[in-house]
Amino acid sequence: MVRIIDRRFDSKNKSAVNRQRFMRRFRQQIRRAVSDAIQGRSIRDLDNGEQISIPARDLAEPHFQHGRGGVREQVYAGNDQFTSGDHVRRPLDGDGGGGQGKASNEGEHEDDFVFQLSREEFLDLFFDDLALPNLVRTQLARITEYKTRRAGFTADGTPANINIVRSMRGALGRRLALGAPWSARLREAQHQLDELLAAKGEHGEEIQALREEIARLRARIEGIPFIDSFDLRYNNRVKTPLPTTSAVMFCVMDVSGSMDEEKKSTAKRFFMLLYLFLTRSYEHIEVVFIRHHTVAREVNENEFFHSRESGGTVVSSALKLMHEILRERYAGGQWNIYGAQASDGDNWDNDSPLCRQLLDTDILPWCQHFAYIEITPGEPQNLWREYARLDGEHANFAMQRIRTPADIYPVFRELFKKTLV
Amino acid sequence: MKRAARKPTPLPAGSEWTPEAIDQYNTEIARAAAEFGLDIYPVQVEIITAEQMMDAYASVGMPVNYHHWSFGKHFLTTEKGYRRGQMGLAYEIVINSNPCIAYLMEENTLTMQGLVIAHAAYGHNSFFKGNYLFRTWTNADAIIDYLLFARNYIAECEERYGEEEVELLLDSCHALMNLGVDRYKRPPKLSLAKEKLRQREREEYLQGQVNELWRTLPVHEAHADPGGSRRFPPEPEENLLYFVEKHAPLLEPWQREVVRIVRKIAQYFFPQRQTQVMNEGWATFWHYTLLNRLYDEGLLADSFMLEFLQSHTNVVYQPPYNSRWYGGINPYALGFAMWQDIRRICEDPTDEDREWFPDIAGGNWLEVFDFAMRNFKDESFIAQYLSPKVMRDLRLFAVLDDDQEDTLHISAIHDQDGYRRVRAMLSEQYNLGSREPYIQVWNVDLRGDRSLTLRHQQYQRRPLGDATDEVMKHLARLWGFTVRLESVDADGQVELLAEVRNEKRRSASDD
Repeated sequence: MVRIIDRRFDSKNKSAVNRQRFMRRFRQQIRRAVSDAIQGRSIRDLDNGEQISIPARDLAEPHFQHGRGGVREQVYAGNDQFTSGDHVRRPLDGDGGGGQGKASNEGEHEDDFVFQLSREEFLDLFFDDLALPNLVRTQLARITEYKTRRAGFTADGTPANINIVRSMRGALGRRLALGAPWSARLREAQHQLDELLAAKGEHGEEIQALREEIARLRARIEGIPFIDSFDLRYNNRVKTPLPTTSAVMFCVMDVSGSMDEEKKSTAKRFFMLLYLFLTRSYEHIEVVFIRHHTVAREVNENEFFHSRESGGTVVSSALKLMHEILRERYAGGQWNIYGAQASDGDNWDNDSPLCRQLLDTDILPWCQHFAYIEITPGEPQNLWREYARLDGEHANFAMQRIRTPADIYPVFRELFKKTLV
Repeated sequence: MKRAARKPTPLPAGSEWTPEAIDQYNTEIARAAAEFGLDIYPVQVEIITAEQMMDAYASVGMPVNYHHWSFGKHFLTTEKGYRRGQMGLAYEIVINSNPCIAYLMEENTLTMQGLVIAHAAYGHNSFFKGNYLFRTWTNADAIIDYLLFARNYIAECEERYGEEEVELLLDSCHALMNLGVDRYKRPPKLSLAKEKLRQREREEYLQGQVNELWRTLPVHEAHADPGGSRRFPPEPEENLLYFVEKHAPLLEPWQREVVRIVRKIAQYFFPQRQTQVMNEGWATFWHYTLLNRLYDEGLLADSFMLEFLQSHTNVVYQPPYNSRWYGGINPYALGFAMWQDIRRICEDPTDEDREWFPDIAGGNWLEVFDFAMRNFKDESFIAQYLSPKVMRDLRLFAVLDDDQEDTLHISAIHDQDGYRRVRAMLSEQYNLGSREPYIQVWNVDLRGDRSLTLRHQQYQRRPLGDATDEVMKHLARLWGFTVRLESVDADGQVELLAEVRNEKRRSASDD
């Protein structure tokens, strides 16, 4: 009468389709939630998905229902103090007491609908139809790292790589092959000798002749070299090119007095986006934070975003430092270098041409991409004008202005749009 | 006694289950159930993982269902709750089909599997098979086939007309789902073969009918308007989806079929919404009774009983009204208490019981049970069987909330004067007719702008909720022309509540 069926190994994720449908339908809201979520994260905090909350009213499924009001008589359990005829103060909403607590059927859930996005979904939403600039080039053309792999055996190589088993096997085969005609004759002679010995005994010329022949043949066979240079086999190792999976990202930011918290937070979101973007293409990413006013310093992330200095601005100091770090730590071609500079555009006038020059000769040639964003509500400053001259010359240089935080995403897309490749 | 004659070999104990152990439990439970005379569909026990359980949750407990984002939303909610450990999954899902499918979760301990088998595969199963609502409204033999048909049909529509189009249509249908059931008419039986065979025929016929209805318009327009005040439909129609399916002027045949699918599924779930207390109470009563019987026979270990009783107690706990866990009356608690009480009234009646239940006091409890299970739904079951003792035990009291008064009024409590009122109120609380707004199709303006008018009969001056406008938009999408909703209060005053104007005809021809 009973059937027990083990369905545990049946297809799972029957709801995957429904989940996708849900994501597609609420793409707008989810995307908004994702960009909000970014604010609270550290630049490198990417290993997690994200908890997304969407206002529940956006995804309500409406039904005809009774609203509040009118006459309602409800039965409750657990009476501990009332007798009939009592009058009770109407409890406030959410009080949970008697009266119309949450048992009513309004279905007005004003809470947010919260769910978990996986990391992949999270990033996909972010980067949607973006692609890394020059990525194709990096992966296909700029191969800089090799890995040696075994690739069978070769006939020549260094003694250290001799494969003994293979070599001996080869030698054995060669010996057998070269000795084959003599061996055949040897077996035949031995056979005849045995017959003669059986028929005629120890004596006789024929026997003598056979014995000599056998001795000659044996000497011949033994004369075949035991091992020949021809037999030697070497382990073969080939170098396979590996696409570079490391990248370094330089965050350069002006922290002079004119950069207020709001501007810094805008810059942070830009850096974050860049970092997120890079993690999609590279396994290992280092981030170097350089902040500057009149002098530049390499700092940790916290210091980078959260301390404020006063005074003037000399941008070239940061670029010089970047160049130094680049030379010391990230030279040699194993690193894909990305630079991002954020500033409000203020610079000491005479310094700006120097900045351009530094970028032009010392930095841009090594970079996959260098992006400059100017966060200012006003007119472009002199740094912008100098940089603008670079714009056409280097394909890997891009610059944009951001006025409000809302500009970041479009600007980011502009910087890294697919056509750049 | 039989029990003494049988030498009991105890069932496997411990927490790890094996298929063999489940089989042994099932055999013993089946035997005990048969001794109590439970009439059941054949049982099919399926072992699934937690993930699959969540999948099943998401598609409203059915093994197959069409795709829709709302199921995805449901899935995400469940998943979140489960992952964070805020919520355990239900021990079981049982499907009203023939054979009756009971899902057991792989994470359950052996005790839980035993409990679930007794609860779902014998308790719910016998209820599905016996209760008149299920017998009338659902067809256990055909439901899986029908769902399969529905899923394939909707997938086909998605391919042909685009996911978006189908999704919008389903959204609209879902919004009206609660009003897509026949409460009184008996639905025809579902059958896959028939359904397929007749579907095409129906499409053509329906379209013909609809066109016919609208085609006559210009002809009549020329005449004076002899029956101008005649309404269509002549009698108000309570099944909104049915009305849309049959009469919406602009729907394509496939859209009518989709409306029909949603309507059929709503109808299938209709009995479940009306028998929650009875059904859960019944299943809980039987798992409790069956497992205790097995224990008395010496088949179950003490450890099994302890674990079983612990989860049983959790299930039937009724938090008091002022507890932060209070979420209304717990149907398991109320149902279990009532069924237990009915048995007590039969076996061990007091004077009070004789006064209140002269028919059943001292009767054969199995017969009383069978009768009660077959012929009632929550509303009538409570009105008939809720005893003063249960009201006292649960300390039930009724609160009258009139928005024209400043305070709440405790209208009745569990005392001599209050029993009848509490019982009537609780029964009313389970009356779907008063729980949900009463809305009917009132009129279609056949001669004019083809607008559709619904009427809401106000009950106890209760207004409609905030979602009303949204629902009306959905209805307008289905109907294709202006729709409006009127409300009639107790004095017969009609008031226009909502109107969605939609005079633009679709560009596609509706011929």
